[in-house]
Amino acid sequence: MISLQINNLTLKYGRHYVFKNLSFALDEGDFLCIVGPNGSGKTTLLKCILGEVKPTSGSIKIGINSQNERIGYLPQNTNYNPNFPASVYEVVSSGALNQTRLFMPLPKKKITQSLKKLHIENLSQKRFSTLSGGQRQRALLARALVASEDLLILDEPSNNLDYSSKEYFYHTLKELNQNITIVMVTHDLDHRNLIGNKILSLDPNFPFFGNTAEYVRRVHAH
Amino acid sequence: MLTSLIEMLNYGFILRAFIAGIIITLCAALIGSSLVLRRQSMIGDGLSHVAFGSVAIATVLGFAPLEFSIPIVIIAAIIILNLSQNSKINGDAAIAVLSASALAIGTFLISINQGVNIDVNSYLFGSILAINEHDLILCLVLGIIIIFVFLIFRRQIFAITFDESFARAIGVKVDLYNAILAILCSLVVVIGMRMLGALLISSLIIFPCLSALYLSKNFRQNTIIATIISVFCFIVGLTFSYILNTPTGATIVIANLIALILCRIYHVIQK
Repeated sequence: MISLQINNLTLKYGRHYVFKNLSFALDEGDFLCIVGPNGSGKTTLLKCILGEVKPTSGSIKIGINSQNERIGYLPQNTNYNPNFPASVYEVVSSGALNQTRLFMPLPKKKITQSLKKLHIENLSQKRFSTLSGGQRQRALLARALVASEDLLILDEPSNNLDYSSKEYFYHTLKELNQNITIVMVTHDLDHRNLIGNKILSLDPNFPFFGNTAEYVRRVHAH
Repeated sequence: MLTSLIEMLNYGFILRAFIAGIIITLCAALIGSSLVLRRQSMIGDGLSHVAFGSVAIATVLGFAPLEFSIPIVIIAAIIILNLSQNSKINGDAAIAVLSASALAIGTFLISINQGVNIDVNSYLFGSILAINEHDLILCLVLGIIIIFVFLIFRRQIFAITFDESFARAIGVKVDLYNAILAILCSLVVVIGMRMLGALLISSLIIFPCLSALYLSKNFRQNTIIATIISVFCFIVGLTFSYILNTPTGATIVIANLIALILCRIYHVIQK
Protein backbone atom coordinates (compact mmCIF):
# COMPACT_ATOMS: atom_id res chain seq x y z
CA MET A 1 0.00 0.00 0.00
CA ILE A 2 1.29 3.48 -0.81
CA SER A 3 2.48 5.26 2.32
CA LEU A 4 3.60 8.60 0.86
CA GLN A 5 2.88 9.95 -2.60
CA ILE A 6 4.21 13.22 -3.98
CA ASN A 7 2.88 14.41 -7.34
CA ASN A 8 4.42 17.23 -9.42
CA LEU A 9 5.49 19.14 -6.33
CA THR A 10 6.85 22.59 -7.15
CA LEU A 11 8.07 25.23 -4.74
CA LYS A 12 9.45 28.54 -5.86
CA TYR A 13 10.36 31.78 -4.15
CA GLY A 14 10.18 34.59 -6.70
CA ARG A 15 11.97 33.26 -9.76
CA HIS A 16 14.00 30.71 -7.82
CA TYR A 17 12.76 27.11 -7.91
CA VAL A 18 13.54 25.12 -4.76
CA PHE A 19 12.22 22.06 -6.60
CA LYS A 20 10.17 21.65 -9.75
CA ASN A 21 7.66 18.90 -10.66
CA LEU A 22 9.02 16.52 -8.06
CA SER A 23 7.20 13.18 -8.02
CA PHE A 24 7.78 9.95 -6.14
CA ALA A 25 5.90 7.37 -4.11
CA LEU A 26 6.84 5.24 -1.14
CA ASP A 27 5.25 1.94 -0.19
CA GLU A 28 4.69 0.81 3.38
CA GLY A 29 7.98 -0.21 4.95
CA ASP A 30 10.13 1.79 2.52
CA PHE A 31 13.15 3.63 3.88
CA LEU A 32 13.99 6.70 1.81
CA CYS A 33 17.25 8.63 2.20
CA ILE A 34 17.11 12.17 0.80
CA VAL A 35 20.52 13.45 -0.23
CA GLY A 36 21.82 16.58 -1.91
CA PRO A 37 24.13 19.54 -1.33
CA ASN A 38 23.37 22.39 1.07
CA GLY A 39 20.50 24.53 -0.15
CA SER A 40 19.10 21.85 -2.47
CA GLY A 41 15.79 21.84 -0.58
CA LYS A 42 16.06 18.67 1.53
CA THR A 43 14.74 20.18 4.77
CA THR A 44 12.22 22.31 2.83
CA LEU A 45 10.82 19.14 1.25
CA LEU A 46 10.35 17.67 4.73
CA LYS A 47 8.61 20.86 5.82
CA CYS A 48 6.24 20.50 2.85
CA ILE A 49 5.47 16.91 3.89
CA LEU A 50 4.90 18.09 7.47
CA GLY A 51 2.57 20.84 6.22
CA GLU A 52 4.76 23.65 7.56
CA VAL A 53 5.57 25.01 4.07
CA LYS A 54 2.86 25.31 1.43
CA PRO A 55 4.09 24.22 -2.02
CA THR A 56 3.46 26.45 -5.05
CA SER A 57 1.75 23.53 -6.83
CA GLY A 58 1.44 19.76 -6.69
CA SER A 59 0.08 17.42 -4.06
CA ILE A 60 1.26 15.37 -1.09
CA LYS A 61 -0.71 12.32 -0.01
CA ILE A 62 0.12 10.54 3.22
CA GLY A 63 -1.44 7.13 3.89
CA ILE A 64 -5.01 6.90 2.73
CA ASN A 65 -5.82 10.47 3.67
CA SER A 66 -3.89 13.53 2.59
CA GLN A 67 -1.66 15.62 4.91
CA ASN A 68 -3.66 14.91 8.07
CA GLU A 69 -2.31 11.44 8.72
CA ARG A 70 -0.14 11.32 11.83
CA ILE A 71 3.59 11.78 11.29
CA GLY A 72 6.48 11.19 13.70
CA TYR A 73 9.22 13.80 13.36
CA LEU A 74 12.80 14.09 14.53
CA PRO A 75 13.93 17.69 13.91
CA GLN A 76 17.36 18.70 12.74
CA ASN A 77 17.91 21.25 15.47
CA THR A 78 19.41 19.61 18.54
CA ASN A 79 20.21 22.90 20.22
CA TYR A 80 18.24 22.17 23.40
CA ASN A 81 18.62 24.31 26.50
CA PRO A 82 21.24 22.38 28.52
CA ASN A 83 19.57 23.46 31.78
CA PHE A 84 16.10 22.31 30.78
CA PRO A 85 14.71 20.14 33.58
CA ALA A 86 12.84 17.59 31.45
CA SER A 87 12.88 13.86 32.14
CA VAL A 88 13.19 11.43 29.25
CA TYR A 89 9.64 10.25 30.01
CA GLU A 90 8.27 13.81 29.75
CA VAL A 91 10.05 14.34 26.43
CA VAL A 92 8.85 11.04 24.95
CA SER A 93 5.28 11.51 26.19
CA SER A 94 5.07 14.92 24.47
CA GLY A 95 4.86 12.93 21.21
CA ALA A 96 1.36 11.86 22.22
CA LEU A 97 -0.06 15.38 22.01
CA ASN A 98 -1.37 14.77 18.48
CA GLN A 99 -3.66 12.01 19.75
CA THR A 100 -4.70 13.10 23.25
CA ARG A 101 -7.44 15.63 23.78
CA LEU A 102 -7.71 17.92 26.78
CA PHE A 103 -8.39 16.05 30.05
CA MET A 104 -7.53 12.71 28.38
CA PRO A 105 -4.84 10.62 30.10
CA LEU A 106 -1.56 9.98 28.29
CA PRO A 107 -1.26 6.67 26.38
CA LYS A 108 1.16 5.23 28.96
CA LYS A 109 1.31 1.80 27.33
CA LYS A 110 2.35 3.27 24.00
CA ILE A 111 4.98 5.49 25.65
CA THR A 112 6.44 2.54 27.55
CA GLN A 113 6.51 0.44 24.36
CA SER A 114 8.39 3.18 22.51
CA LEU A 115 10.92 3.45 25.33
CA LYS A 116 11.39 -0.34 25.19
CA LYS A 117 11.77 -0.39 21.40
CA LEU A 118 14.54 2.18 21.62
CA HIS A 119 16.13 0.35 24.60
CA ILE A 120 15.94 3.38 26.88
CA GLU A 121 13.28 2.31 29.39
CA ASN A 122 15.99 2.39 32.13
CA LEU A 123 16.63 6.07 31.31
CA SER A 124 13.00 7.22 31.51
CA GLN A 125 13.37 9.13 34.79
CA LYS A 126 16.77 10.61 33.89
CA ARG A 127 17.13 14.28 33.02
CA PHE A 128 17.21 14.60 29.23
CA SER A 129 20.09 17.08 29.31
CA THR A 130 22.35 14.59 31.10
CA LEU A 131 22.10 11.98 28.30
CA SER A 132 24.85 11.32 25.76
CA GLY A 133 24.30 12.42 22.13
CA GLY A 134 23.29 8.92 21.05
CA GLN A 135 20.92 8.45 23.98
CA ARG A 136 19.30 11.81 23.25
CA GLN A 137 18.67 10.90 19.62
CA ARG A 138 17.09 7.61 20.70
CA ALA A 139 14.87 9.47 23.18
CA LEU A 140 13.79 11.88 20.43
CA LEU A 141 13.19 8.94 18.10
CA ALA A 142 11.03 7.34 20.80
CA ARG A 143 9.05 10.60 20.95
CA ALA A 144 8.59 10.51 17.16
CA LEU A 145 7.46 6.89 17.44
CA VAL A 146 4.83 7.84 20.03
CA ALA A 147 3.56 10.48 17.58
CA SER A 148 3.23 7.96 14.72
CA GLU A 149 3.84 4.30 14.09
CA ASP A 150 3.23 4.69 10.33
CA LEU A 151 5.59 7.34 8.98
CA LEU A 152 8.76 8.77 10.53
CA ILE A 153 10.42 11.90 9.15
CA LEU A 154 14.03 12.32 10.29
CA ASP A 155 16.06 15.44 9.51
CA GLU A 156 19.78 14.66 9.61
CA PRO A 157 19.47 12.56 12.78
CA SER A 158 23.09 11.37 12.80
CA ASN A 159 24.55 14.89 12.98
CA ASN A 160 26.88 15.32 15.96
CA LEU A 161 26.96 11.59 16.70
CA ASP A 162 30.27 9.78 17.04
CA TYR A 163 30.98 6.71 14.90
CA SER A 164 29.73 4.05 17.34
CA SER A 165 26.61 6.04 18.33
CA LYS A 166 25.83 6.53 14.65
CA GLU A 167 26.22 2.80 13.95
CA TYR A 168 23.93 1.93 16.86
CA PHE A 169 21.38 4.57 15.81
CA TYR A 170 21.27 3.29 12.23
CA HIS A 171 20.92 -0.28 13.52
CA THR A 172 17.91 0.85 15.60
CA LEU A 173 16.39 2.55 12.54
CA LYS A 174 16.73 -0.67 10.53
CA GLU A 175 14.93 -2.54 13.33
CA LEU A 176 12.08 -0.02 13.33
CA ASN A 177 11.87 -0.01 9.54
CA GLN A 178 10.44 -3.54 9.55
CA ASN A 179 7.00 -2.03 10.22
CA ILE A 180 7.35 1.71 9.63
CA THR A 181 8.00 3.87 6.58
CA ILE A 182 10.97 6.17 7.16
CA VAL A 183 12.04 9.30 5.30
CA MET A 184 15.48 10.54 6.34
CA VAL A 185 17.46 13.55 5.17
CA THR A 186 21.15 12.81 5.41
CA HIS A 187 24.44 14.52 4.67
CA ASP A 188 26.21 11.25 5.22
CA LEU A 189 27.15 10.14 1.70
CA ASP A 190 29.27 7.21 2.87
CA HIS A 191 27.63 4.41 0.90
CA ARG A 192 27.72 2.06 3.88
CA ASN A 193 25.47 4.57 5.69
CA LEU A 194 22.91 4.92 2.93
CA ILE A 195 20.84 2.43 4.85
CA GLY A 196 17.53 3.04 3.11
CA ASN A 197 16.21 0.88 0.28
CA LYS A 198 15.44 4.02 -1.77
CA ILE A 199 17.28 7.26 -2.51
CA LEU A 200 16.06 10.67 -3.58
CA SER A 201 18.86 12.94 -4.76
CA LEU A 202 17.99 16.64 -4.93
CA ASP A 203 21.40 17.47 -6.39
CA PRO A 204 20.57 19.58 -9.50
CA ASN A 205 23.57 18.03 -11.27
CA PHE A 206 22.62 14.49 -10.36
CA PRO A 207 18.86 14.14 -9.86
CA PHE A 208 17.76 10.63 -8.93
CA PHE A 209 14.95 8.61 -7.41
CA GLY A 210 15.18 4.86 -7.21
CA ASN A 211 16.71 2.03 -5.23
CA THR A 212 19.94 2.47 -3.34
CA ALA A 213 21.98 -0.14 -5.23
CA GLU A 214 21.17 1.57 -8.53
CA TYR A 215 22.12 4.97 -7.07
CA VAL A 216 25.48 3.67 -5.85
CA ARG A 217 26.16 2.07 -9.27
CA ARG A 218 25.38 5.34 -11.06
CA VAL A 219 27.47 7.42 -8.66
CA HIS A 220 30.46 5.16 -9.37
CA ALA A 221 29.81 5.38 -13.12
CA HIS A 222 29.48 9.18 -12.84
CA MET B 1 8.78 34.99 63.12
CA LEU B 2 5.58 32.93 63.50
CA THR B 3 4.35 35.26 66.28
CA SER B 4 4.98 38.28 64.03
CA LEU B 5 3.16 36.55 61.18
CA ILE B 6 0.09 35.83 63.32
CA GLU B 7 0.19 39.34 64.79
CA MET B 8 0.37 41.12 61.45
CA LEU B 9 -2.48 39.04 59.98
CA ASN B 10 -4.78 40.71 62.52
CA TYR B 11 -4.55 43.82 60.36
CA GLY B 12 -7.13 43.76 57.58
CA PHE B 13 -4.89 45.34 54.94
CA ILE B 14 -2.07 42.87 55.65
CA LEU B 15 -4.47 39.93 55.53
CA ARG B 16 -5.65 41.12 52.09
CA ALA B 17 -2.05 41.52 50.94
CA PHE B 18 -1.23 38.06 52.34
CA ILE B 19 -4.02 36.32 50.37
CA ALA B 20 -3.36 38.32 47.20
CA GLY B 21 0.39 37.76 47.53
CA ILE B 22 0.04 33.98 47.78
CA ILE B 23 -2.05 33.93 44.60
CA ILE B 24 0.30 36.31 42.75
CA THR B 25 3.47 34.44 43.70
CA LEU B 26 1.90 31.08 42.85
CA CYS B 27 0.79 32.28 39.40
CA ALA B 28 4.10 34.04 38.71
CA ALA B 29 6.08 30.87 39.45
CA LEU B 30 3.80 28.74 37.25
CA ILE B 31 4.22 31.02 34.24
CA GLY B 32 7.86 31.76 35.05
CA SER B 33 8.96 28.14 34.60
CA SER B 34 7.99 28.22 30.96
CA LEU B 35 9.21 31.77 30.23
CA VAL B 36 12.63 31.26 31.82
CA LEU B 37 13.18 27.94 30.04
CA ARG B 38 12.19 29.51 26.71
CA ARG B 39 14.75 32.25 27.40
CA GLN B 40 11.97 34.83 27.45
CA SER B 41 12.50 35.98 31.03
CA MET B 42 12.55 39.64 30.07
CA ILE B 43 9.03 39.54 28.61
CA GLY B 44 7.71 40.01 32.18
CA ASP B 45 9.98 43.01 32.69
CA GLY B 46 8.86 44.56 29.40
CA LEU B 47 5.19 43.99 30.15
CA SER B 48 5.51 45.49 33.63
CA HIS B 49 6.79 48.73 32.07
CA VAL B 50 3.87 48.66 29.66
CA ALA B 51 1.57 48.14 32.64
CA PHE B 52 3.11 51.18 34.33
CA GLY B 53 2.52 53.29 31.22
CA SER B 54 -1.10 52.15 30.99
CA VAL B 55 -1.68 52.86 34.71
CA ALA B 56 -0.39 56.40 34.13
CA ILE B 57 -2.79 56.84 31.20
CA ALA B 58 -5.69 55.38 33.22
CA THR B 59 -4.93 57.67 36.18
CA VAL B 60 -4.80 60.75 33.95
CA LEU B 61 -8.02 59.77 32.17
CA GLY B 62 -9.76 58.82 35.42
CA PHE B 63 -10.24 55.10 34.65
CA ALA B 64 -9.75 52.18 37.04
CA PRO B 65 -5.99 51.48 36.63
CA LEU B 66 -5.95 47.69 36.85
CA GLU B 67 -8.97 47.03 34.63
CA PHE B 68 -7.65 49.55 32.09
CA SER B 69 -4.22 47.91 32.10
CA ILE B 70 -5.38 44.32 31.46
CA PRO B 71 -6.31 44.71 27.75
CA ILE B 72 -3.39 47.09 27.11
CA VAL B 73 -0.82 44.67 28.54
CA ILE B 74 -2.38 41.70 26.73
CA ILE B 75 -2.18 43.59 23.41
CA ALA B 76 1.45 44.52 24.20
CA ALA B 77 2.28 40.86 24.90
CA ILE B 78 0.81 39.79 21.56
CA ILE B 79 2.68 42.62 19.77
CA ILE B 80 5.96 41.45 21.37
CA LEU B 81 5.24 37.90 20.25
CA ASN B 82 4.47 38.96 16.68
CA LEU B 83 7.43 41.32 16.45
CA SER B 84 9.81 38.62 17.66
CA GLN B 85 8.38 35.89 15.42
CA ASN B 86 7.36 37.61 12.22
CA SER B 87 9.69 40.53 11.75
CA LYS B 88 13.35 41.38 11.54
CA ILE B 89 13.33 42.62 15.13
CA ASN B 90 14.66 40.12 17.71
CA GLY B 91 12.53 39.27 20.74
CA ASP B 92 14.72 41.17 23.20
CA ALA B 93 14.82 44.24 20.93
CA ALA B 94 11.00 44.12 20.58
CA ILE B 95 10.67 44.02 24.39
CA ALA B 96 13.13 46.91 24.79
CA VAL B 97 11.29 49.06 22.21
CA LEU B 98 7.89 48.48 23.79
CA SER B 99 8.94 48.77 27.44
CA ALA B 100 11.03 51.93 26.94
CA SER B 101 8.22 53.55 24.93
CA ALA B 102 5.61 52.68 27.57
CA LEU B 103 7.81 53.93 30.41
CA ALA B 104 8.49 57.17 28.52
CA ILE B 105 4.78 57.72 27.80
CA GLY B 106 3.93 57.03 31.45
CA THR B 107 6.57 59.41 32.79
CA PHE B 108 5.61 62.07 30.24
CA LEU B 109 1.93 61.92 31.17
CA ILE B 110 2.72 62.10 34.89
CA SER B 111 4.94 65.14 34.42
CA ILE B 112 2.33 67.11 32.46
CA ASN B 113 -0.45 66.17 34.89
CA GLN B 114 0.71 67.31 38.34
CA GLY B 115 -1.03 65.72 41.31
CA VAL B 116 -1.18 62.10 40.17
CA ASN B 117 2.40 61.25 41.16
CA ILE B 118 1.70 59.61 44.50
CA ASP B 119 -0.70 56.94 43.24
CA VAL B 120 1.44 56.15 40.21
CA ASN B 121 4.51 55.83 42.41
CA SER B 122 2.77 53.08 44.35
CA TYR B 123 2.39 51.17 41.04
CA LEU B 124 6.05 51.74 40.21
CA PHE B 125 7.46 50.52 43.54
CA GLY B 126 4.49 48.57 44.91
CA SER B 127 2.62 49.07 48.15
CA ILE B 128 1.14 46.66 50.63
CA LEU B 129 -1.30 49.37 51.66
CA ALA B 130 -2.60 49.62 48.11
CA ILE B 131 -4.50 46.29 48.05
CA ASN B 132 -8.13 47.10 48.72
CA GLU B 133 -11.03 44.64 48.69
CA HIS B 134 -11.73 45.33 45.02
CA ASP B 135 -8.11 44.56 44.09
CA LEU B 136 -8.24 41.38 46.17
CA ILE B 137 -11.34 40.12 44.36
CA LEU B 138 -9.79 40.94 40.96
CA CYS B 139 -6.64 39.14 42.05
CA LEU B 140 -8.60 36.06 43.18
CA VAL B 141 -10.62 35.84 39.97
CA LEU B 142 -7.65 36.35 37.64
CA GLY B 143 -5.44 34.08 39.77
CA ILE B 144 -7.94 31.22 39.57
CA ILE B 145 -8.20 31.72 35.78
CA ILE B 146 -4.40 31.66 35.41
CA ILE B 147 -3.97 28.50 37.51
CA PHE B 148 -6.89 26.74 35.79
CA VAL B 149 -5.70 27.58 32.25
CA PHE B 150 -2.12 26.58 33.08
CA LEU B 151 -3.23 23.21 34.48
CA ILE B 152 -5.45 22.48 31.45
CA PHE B 153 -2.72 23.28 28.92
CA ARG B 154 0.32 22.15 30.94
CA ARG B 155 1.28 19.40 28.46
CA GLN B 156 1.03 21.73 25.47
CA ILE B 157 2.98 24.41 27.36
CA PHE B 158 5.70 21.84 28.12
CA ALA B 159 5.81 20.76 24.46
CA ILE B 160 6.20 24.29 23.06
CA THR B 161 8.69 25.16 25.79
CA PHE B 162 10.90 22.14 25.16
CA ASP B 163 10.77 21.88 21.37
CA GLU B 164 8.58 24.25 19.41
CA SER B 165 9.45 22.84 15.97
CA PHE B 166 8.48 19.30 16.96
CA ALA B 167 5.26 20.51 18.55
CA ARG B 168 4.37 22.41 15.39
CA ALA B 169 5.22 19.41 13.20
CA ILE B 170 2.86 17.05 15.04
CA GLY B 171 0.00 19.52 14.84
CA VAL B 172 0.11 21.34 18.19
CA LYS B 173 -1.26 24.86 17.69
CA VAL B 174 1.98 26.53 18.73
CA ASP B 175 0.89 30.10 17.92
CA LEU B 176 -2.27 29.66 20.00
CA TYR B 177 -0.38 28.35 23.04
CA ASN B 178 2.27 31.06 22.67
CA ALA B 179 -0.53 33.61 22.77
CA ILE B 180 -2.12 31.91 25.81
CA LEU B 181 1.23 31.98 27.62
CA ALA B 182 1.71 35.68 26.76
CA ILE B 183 -1.81 36.49 28.01
CA LEU B 184 -1.24 34.59 31.26
CA CYS B 185 2.03 36.48 31.74
CA SER B 186 0.20 39.77 31.14
CA LEU B 187 -2.39 38.93 33.78
CA VAL B 188 0.31 37.99 36.32
CA VAL B 189 2.08 41.29 35.69
CA VAL B 190 -1.12 43.31 36.12
CA ILE B 191 -2.25 41.64 39.34
CA GLY B 192 1.27 41.60 40.79
CA MET B 193 2.16 45.18 39.97
CA ARG B 194 -0.06 46.59 42.75
CA MET B 195 1.93 44.88 45.49
CA LEU B 196 5.41 44.38 44.04
CA GLY B 197 5.53 47.38 41.73
CA ALA B 198 6.24 47.51 38.01
CA LEU B 199 9.98 47.50 38.63
CA LEU B 200 10.06 44.34 40.74
CA ILE B 201 7.20 42.11 39.53
CA SER B 202 9.31 40.42 36.84
CA SER B 203 11.65 39.10 39.55
CA LEU B 204 8.78 36.98 40.90
CA ILE B 205 8.48 35.38 37.47
CA ILE B 206 12.20 34.70 37.11
CA PHE B 207 13.76 33.97 40.54
CA PRO B 208 11.68 30.98 41.77
CA CYS B 209 12.17 29.09 38.50
CA LEU B 210 15.92 29.71 38.55
CA SER B 211 16.09 28.45 42.15
CA ALA B 212 14.02 25.38 41.28
CA LEU B 213 16.31 24.55 38.34
CA TYR B 214 19.00 23.61 40.86
CA LEU B 215 16.72 21.17 42.66
CA SER B 216 14.56 19.52 40.02
CA LYS B 217 14.95 16.59 37.66
CA ASN B 218 11.91 17.20 35.48
CA PHE B 219 9.54 19.94 34.34
CA ARG B 220 6.70 18.91 36.65
CA GLN B 221 9.02 18.90 39.66
CA ASN B 222 10.49 22.25 38.56
CA THR B 223 7.06 23.87 38.41
CA ILE B 224 6.00 22.50 41.80
CA ILE B 225 9.29 23.43 43.53
CA ALA B 226 9.21 26.92 41.95
CA THR B 227 5.70 27.57 43.31
CA ILE B 228 6.67 26.34 46.80
CA ILE B 229 9.81 28.54 46.84
CA SER B 230 7.84 31.48 45.49
CA VAL B 231 5.06 31.29 48.11
CA PHE B 232 7.56 30.59 50.93
CA CYS B 233 9.74 33.59 49.97
CA PHE B 234 6.66 35.79 49.80
CA ILE B 235 5.59 34.83 53.34
CA VAL B 236 9.14 35.30 54.67
CA GLY B 237 9.54 38.61 52.79
CA LEU B 238 6.19 39.95 53.96
CA THR B 239 6.89 39.01 57.58
CA PHE B 240 10.36 40.57 57.57
CA SER B 241 9.07 43.72 55.91
CA TYR B 242 6.57 43.97 58.80
CA ILE B 243 9.21 43.32 61.47
CA LEU B 244 11.92 45.55 59.93
CA ASN B 245 9.50 48.15 58.51
CA THR B 246 11.07 47.83 55.03
CA PRO B 247 9.38 48.06 51.58
CA THR B 248 7.42 44.84 51.00
CA GLY B 249 8.29 44.35 47.32
CA ALA B 250 12.01 44.80 47.85
CA THR B 251 12.04 42.52 50.92
CA ILE B 252 10.23 39.74 49.00
CA VAL B 253 12.72 40.02 46.13
CA ILE B 254 15.64 39.87 48.61
CA ALA B 255 14.10 36.71 50.12
CA ASN B 256 13.97 35.24 46.60
CA LEU B 257 17.57 36.25 45.99
CA ILE B 258 18.70 34.52 49.20
CA ALA B 259 16.73 31.40 48.18
CA LEU B 260 18.45 31.43 44.79
CA ILE B 261 21.90 31.68 46.39
CA LEU B 262 21.09 28.87 48.86
CA CYS B 263 19.80 26.62 46.04
CA ARG B 264 22.96 27.30 44.06
CA ILE B 265 25.14 26.44 47.08
CA TYR B 266 23.14 23.22 47.62
CA HIS B 267 23.58 22.33 43.93
CA VAL B 268 27.37 22.89 44.10
CA ILE B 269 27.66 20.80 47.28
CA GLN B 270 25.58 18.00 45.72
CA LYS B 271 27.88 17.89 42.69
